[in-house]
Amino acid sequence: MTSTKELITLRVNGERRTVAAEPHHTLLEVLREELDLTGTKHGCELGECGACTVLVNGAPVLSCLTLPSLIGDAEVTTVEGLATGERLHPLQTAFAEEGAAQCGYCTPGMLMAAKALLDATARPTREQIAMAISGNLCRCTGYTAIYEAIEKAAFRS
Amino acid sequence: MSEFSVIGRRLPKVNSWAHLTGEARYADDLFLPRMLFGRLLRSTRPHARIRRLDVSRAAAHPGVVAIVTGADMPAKMGIMPSTQDETALAVDKVRYVGEPVAAVAAVDEDTAFDALSLIDIDYEDLEPIFTIEEALEREDVKIHDESKRANVFKEVHLSFGDLEGGFASADHVRDDWFFFEGNTHAPIESHSAVASYGGDDKLTLWTATQVPHYLHRELEKVLGLARSRIRVIATPNGGAFGGKSDPFGHEFAAALLSIRTRRPVKITLDREEVFYAHRGRHPVKMRIRTGVRKDGEITAVHYQSWLDGGAYASYGIATTYYTGALLTVTYRIPAYKFDGVRVYTNKPPCGPKRGHGTTQPRYGFECQLDKIAQDLGLDALEYRKRILQPPQSRTVNELRITSMGLGECLDALQRATRYSERHGQLGRGRGIGLAGSAYISGAGLPIYWNEMPHSGAEIRIDRGGGVTVMCGTAEIGQGSDNMLASVAAEALGILPSDVHVVSGDTSLAPVDLGSYSSRVTFMAGNAVKDAAMKLRALLFAVASEKLGTPVDHLVAAYHRIYDPSDPEKFITFADAAVLAESKHGTLVAAGSYKPPKGIGGSFKGAGVGPTPAYSYQAAVAEVSVDLETGTLTVDKVTTAHDCGRALSPANVEGQIEGSAYMGYGEIIAEEQVFRGGLHKKPSLLDYKLPTSLDTPTLEAIVVESVDAEGPFGAKEAGEGPLNPVIPAIANAVYDAIGVRFDETPITPEKILDALGKRDNRGIPKTRIGPDGLAERDGDPKRARRRLDASTEGRERKRTPSVGSR
Amino acid sequence: MLRLPRFRILSPRTYREAAEMLRDHGAGELDRSRGTPTLRVLLVAGGTDLLPNMKRRQFAPEILVSLAHVQGAAGIHENGELTVSAGTTLTALAEDARIQERYTALAEAAGVVSTPQLRNMGTIGGNICLDTRCNWYDQSLFWRTAEGYCMKTNPEVVCRVATSSPRCLAVASADTVPALMVLGATVHFEDARGGREVRLAEFYREDGISPSTLRPDEALTDVTIPHEDGWRSTYVKLRDRGSFDFPIAAVAAAVRYDGRAITDARVAITALASRPMLVEAARAALVGTRLEDDAVAAAAEAVHKAARPMDNTSGTISQRKRASRVLAERALRALRPA
Repeated sequence: MTSTKELITLRVNGERRTVAAEPHHTLLEVLREELDLTGTKHGCELGECGACTVLVNGAPVLSCLTLPSLIGDAEVTTVEGLATGERLHPLQTAFAEEGAAQCGYCTPGMLMAAKALLDATARPTREQIAMAISGNLCRCTGYTAIYEAIEKAAFRS
Repeated sequence: MSEFSVIGRRLPKVNSWAHLTGEARYADDLFLPRMLFGRLLRSTRPHARIRRLDVSRAAAHPGVVAIVTGADMPAKMGIMPSTQDETALAVDKVRYVGEPVAAVAAVDEDTAFDALSLIDIDYEDLEPIFTIEEALEREDVKIHDESKRANVFKEVHLSFGDLEGGFASADHVRDDWFFFEGNTHAPIESHSAVASYGGDDKLTLWTATQVPHYLHRELEKVLGLARSRIRVIATPNGGAFGGKSDPFGHEFAAALLSIRTRRPVKITLDREEVFYAHRGRHPVKMRIRTGVRKDGEITAVHYQSWLDGGAYASYGIATTYYTGALLTVTYRIPAYKFDGVRVYTNKPPCGPKRGHGTTQPRYGFECQLDKIAQDLGLDALEYRKRILQPPQSRTVNELRITSMGLGECLDALQRATRYSERHGQLGRGRGIGLAGSAYISGAGLPIYWNEMPHSGAEIRIDRGGGVTVMCGTAEIGQGSDNMLASVAAEALGILPSDVHVVSGDTSLAPVDLGSYSSRVTFMAGNAVKDAAMKLRALLFAVASEKLGTPVDHLVAAYHRIYDPSDPEKFITFADAAVLAESKHGTLVAAGSYKPPKGIGGSFKGAGVGPTPAYSYQAAVAEVSVDLETGTLTVDKVTTAHDCGRALSPANVEGQIEGSAYMGYGEIIAEEQVFRGGLHKKPSLLDYKLPTSLDTPTLEAIVVESVDAEGPFGAKEAGEGPLNPVIPAIANAVYDAIGVRFDETPITPEKILDALGKRDNRGIPKTRIGPDGLAERDGDPKRARRRLDASTEGRERKRTPSVGSR
Repeated sequence: MLRLPRFRILSPRTYREAAEMLRDHGAGELDRSRGTPTLRVLLVAGGTDLLPNMKRRQFAPEILVSLAHVQGAAGIHENGELTVSAGTTLTALAEDARIQERYTALAEAAGVVSTPQLRNMGTIGGNICLDTRCNWYDQSLFWRTAEGYCMKTNPEVVCRVATSSPRCLAVASADTVPALMVLGATVHFEDARGGREVRLAEFYREDGISPSTLRPDEALTDVTIPHEDGWRSTYVKLRDRGSFDFPIAAVAAAVRYDGRAITDARVAITALASRPMLVEAARAALVGTRLEDDAVAAAAEAVHKAARPMDNTSGTISQRKRASRVLAERALRALRPA
């Protein structure tokens, strides 16, 4: 059991971070275990739930199936990078107001999927929202409050 | 204007911000210095004796620090004190595939995982039992030696009123069999626990649990460590739904590994393991005989259920009773008999899932009522309204009914959906269906006999006007922290966001029995209100003196105490707190809640069913069926729910919608099924949680009956709304294609079968469901044979030996 | 948390370099030292199929050769024919206006693979080389240990789907493949010595263990699709849910119009056998017709005949067999002129 860690440099939430990580550890593991960014969750580690969704260069991907050494200089955004300083992202405010987070566990991944949608589509339809979050399972809400929150955030931003 | 300043307002939940910024610390998010990582070795056999368990090779593996096995913790444990049949890790025998056998702690999880394959274990296979029928018949195989009859775990028989007379006076009797397939909670967060045993010989366990207090008791028993030396902290649960309300092997294993190593130990289950931990919805076979008069008035009901309990007790004794206890609280039933049997099988243990034990009978009964309405030519909605159990009444099984809003729920649904006009009118392939239901606002009795409060709360007001509420409730996503803050804030005239909530911590907060049986809003809400009202009295006394206003003229809102007739004359909450502390000393108050006596009967078994208040709900489902592929689409579910009073309307609606979602999943696809004891689909790809693209449009209607005993009138909202959705969808499918689905889930295969399109020569059917206890799936041993098939068997088949025999 | 087995990653810059790495690290050799036999070196593109399989220990290679940094691996180009580089993501395919218009079935198929996240990661090359699936196989190491393993990982064991089957019955499950087949696609490979190309329709074989003629020492580099006027195509998929799920039956259809008459046609199916396949008899039923109801029915009948689902996916055999006909009818009707 010898360590085979290698140094990798990642750009996460606007910061350049160099960490030693096992080459077989996924971006999910590196974010949570090496960078203390535990906001990114995991529900299956097989790409079957979407809880670990982060943005890589603005596109939602599954951190549980991403090898960090392969993403190079790409910008990684996690839920911790959603707010700007003391200013919350409109999605965060709208999710709170609409009760779109119940247990909160799918929420970080859901927010990332929603952010990517709003960054590309300022005023998404209900169908576009449903499609955008179709890779994120939520076991609590039935998705209704999430639709309403995303619509509200879109309206405000 | 509302009489309230907090209650009924749409304010963000106090714990939202942590959820939305990634700050919330779930159990697996905890990383402690020197922490070790554990993994569990699990049984690969459904039923076997452990002949040899040798961990020496694994222990010698570099990076492995400690290993524990069942022999290290042989004490029997389990959630219900009267039926403790589990051990933390299997001792001598395994009873289902996936049962934990040993636990390894290592410097990292990779190493712990690798070490599992170095544990040498030999099994002596025993004959497994997979079905209810086998379990009832096989005296020669005992999953638990304690079973007196075959593999029966519990058998109950209760009878109320004149059953024979009731059936004799009926004009029409329906006799239907139903089967409700098992399914599981599948919270997105898997179970996780972090144990830390310190130099002070005290153990702290952070764990995703709904029941920190009950777990606290079991840890004492299993670890032999005084409860005074154990602190359980329920971390925010990333969903639970009943699945985290048992004590689990990994919790004990993490604790013992930490005791042995004096280092923190984390064990987080992976998704597959969550399917084995299970404790989900019981598969239940049901037979319901109901007698009615011509006008539909029920004269008698005989309800029988057979529950497939899996390998251990869990809450099974309560589940068994719950299948029969609550059928009586919705509609008038003058005579009622209930027979229930729960059996052991070699599968992961079943337990409480949202709607605990009432979901299956409610499905059967509401489907049967739909048939009765059809038989008698009655409108199913009007019919239900006509036979409602009245408020402020007693049921035939002696349950006390107080507030009762099912009629209002039905009226609201008729207004919202025009059910009565549209039923039967939508054309082939489209349908609309209805069902009603009820649930408890907390069990009337705790799981262990005691006279203490069910919920305790403590509130402290600090000198800056800060308020801290401490209560042992577990925040599982249902919003209990916000409820505690809201009730305290309403009573004290501040805002929920001013309140610090300390919950789920057995050292810092008074006992609350836990987040199960939808008890928290009613019971912890009353406890925290009790504490808050005591502090409010102190604040009002000093305010009255200061303002020269009689106490009974004062109100508290928006950080002020004032007389509403002269609102400019006020004292701020913070100033009142300083005056009150000056006069009375430190401002701390405790409150508690215990359900009143006399809310149920006194017969044996009367402990399950009573509650201080029943919630009521009804749902209308609208469906379309693809007649060629058999695909069932649920277009919309509208649910009306009597929650007494919506303390936080957005949360109540969220619970109603989430319940509808979960009920929808249960009838359309979700099933916890096995092949030869091996779970057929232990993954989120194969176990089909509905996605955003599948989920129907969900509409929630809040009905407020304002319960006299609930905190500010509130009752439960988290479980009941699931129940009517399932039969409403089944009834809608009947409306669409004229086929009764007397079993769940309603799969495309079953629809095609019913339509006579299963194999192009089929004959259409009017009903899919069981006709008795017998399994429809044929020989369950076939699956086992397939698992045991060897290559030689294949070779034999490929080269038939000519001339032999 | 379910984690990957240990491995090293190599990141070549060219396909040739990748192929040399495969060759140098013993491509095709089985390592039998760690329980289940496993290939020593494997290529990985998007990783959405391979990495879950590795987490379940269906594979535990020592070395992964990643195509992430191969230059020019992604892109869609049109000059006479359509060239899609193997590293192009499924999202890029689904959203490409040219593909939506001229090669509709491909855009539709790419757009219904799993989830948005997975489509952002998964590549067309990966989808073409997707491992066959089976619910006796796509399970964890623990589950398969309890099962007693199956032929696909342990050749000496039976196929659990049909214990007397002489071959593995795992199912072809890639959405884009039947779409590419009906569009007449050709796939291009490179190995350490050179390259080869093969018509996609001839790439696959009826064997769950070795479902294609892909060699372990070569990399898929491009897919080309001829540009011919008059074609219309579509892809129809049956699955349990609106996302995440693999097809349990799927039909791609393309017809070529001259005026209102069908001059050529291709119908392909997947998830109904170990290989995706062109249904030749369907072509015969369609050419020369105007997609009248009986022509559609005859083609759908041919599809139905070709479909041989086994009990190893979600859903049931009879449901999927029946769906093959229904999906074929729906696909073909959708191709009628508006």
